[in-house]
Amino acid sequence: MRVRFLAAPLIAVAAASASAASIDLTVGIPQLDVSEYHRPYVAIWIERPDRSVAADLAVWYQQKEGKDAKSGKQESGSKWLADLRQWWRRSGRDKSLPIDGVSGATRPVGEHRLRFETGKAPLGELAPGHYTLVVEAAREVGGREVLSVPFDWPPASPQHLQAQGKSELGALRVDLDP
Amino acid sequence: MKNTFKWAALALAATISLPALAHKAFIVPSSTVLSDEEAWITLDAAAGNDLFYFNHRPLNLEHLAVRGPEGYVQEIDNRAEGKLRASADVHLTKPGTYRIGTSMEGLFAFFVDAEGKRGRARGTPENIDKQIPAGAKDVRITQTQSIVETYVTLGKPDASVFAPTGKGLEFVPVTHPNDLFAGEPAKFRFLLDGKPAKDLEVTVIPGATRYRNAQDEIKLKTDAAGEFSVTWPAAGMYWMNASVEGGKPSVAKAQARRASYTATFEVLPQ
Repeated sequence: MRVRFLAAPLIAVAAASASAASIDLTVGIPQLDVSEYHRPYVAIWIERPDRSVAADLAVWYQQKEGKDAKSGKQESGSKWLADLRQWWRRSGRDKSLPIDGVSGATRPVGEHRLRFETGKAPLGELAPGHYTLVVEAAREVGGREVLSVPFDWPPASPQHLQAQGKSELGALRVDLDP
Repeated sequence: MKNTFKWAALALAATISLPALAHKAFIVPSSTVLSDEEAWITLDAAAGNDLFYFNHRPLNLEHLAVRGPEGYVQEIDNRAEGKLRASADVHLTKPGTYRIGTSMEGLFAFFVDAEGKRGRARGTPENIDKQIPAGAKDVRITQTQSIVETYVTLGKPDASVFAPTGKGLEFVPVTHPNDLFAGEPAKFRFLLDGKPAKDLEVTVIPGATRYRNAQDEIKLKTDAAGEFSVTWPAAGMYWMNASVEGGKPSVAKAQARRASYTATFEVLPQ
């Protein structure tokens, strides 16, 4: 009992002092002038140079069973996850869904801020090296778009990186904090 | 003299390609990569000159077999044969890779009948003798083995259905056939009776032939290990075929064997 009480603050201090590097993301989902709009499925992950996945950060998809608008048939939200083609290939197909702390509901049009910290799921401990942050979006009866932002980890100084989507994604901002 | 005649007959047999193989046979699945926990897929199967259009004849799906990570799938529904194509629905319930196809085996006889006319007949080991007229000479029987198939993966791909049997012409993927992307090379291997099928000619043709003016065939050859690589020029459905004459027939009556393998692959965009 006593040991536990002592250990908890010690671990917290150790984690904070080792590194508290963080990644702040702003992911834009653009307003689209289309007659049939569905929120996009979005996957956000970190890739190593060999394209293996170092961390899944977020996957937004329809989680519950829903009714197909046209046929009225029940269908599970995971049915269309393979449309996130790169993510499905690099990570999704190897995982059991939903992924704790990663899977989430689809998000509306707007800017979505996400923060990931070293030592905490889903980022965890990212070994020093070169990586690419990838954001993939696929929309029912719409298109698909992938944005990639290369970065080095850990950052020596605060860094601001960005990419601009053209169709299914808006601005992507990546802020790395040592 | 007799020997010369035999060789002439053999050459003739080689030039008369087997009619069943004259058209391109194919099975096209409704999806090849699925993320649901279980899924129905539907298949179209036909043979013709154009890929992948139904404009000649259906493929016989009577012996359609679906093998998955846990053995043969029993749930095959709505088998139908139309004038131009056959179809069937398959229920995939376990994650893994499924091998979906049909294999045909038969005997093909070439002969010179009592009146000196060349003839040919097809049949099975049981009935081929009845198809050859009495008094026929220079009978040469070829065993034909042909496989037409495709691959579909539900969830995580696996390799359990790729284990070779050591019989006939077999396709053994090195690159998983449901992990094919435009611009990337894929490596595959062919075995003939369990041994590397070297110097085998392999033809790969992209689908949608109706909308271009050339076949755009990709001609490849296997190396000493029976392997070859193909870099997919674009996303789409592809037809692949290889056939080989040789090896030991598994039917005692046959003097020769011709084995062919045909598959449909889906290549996804990056």
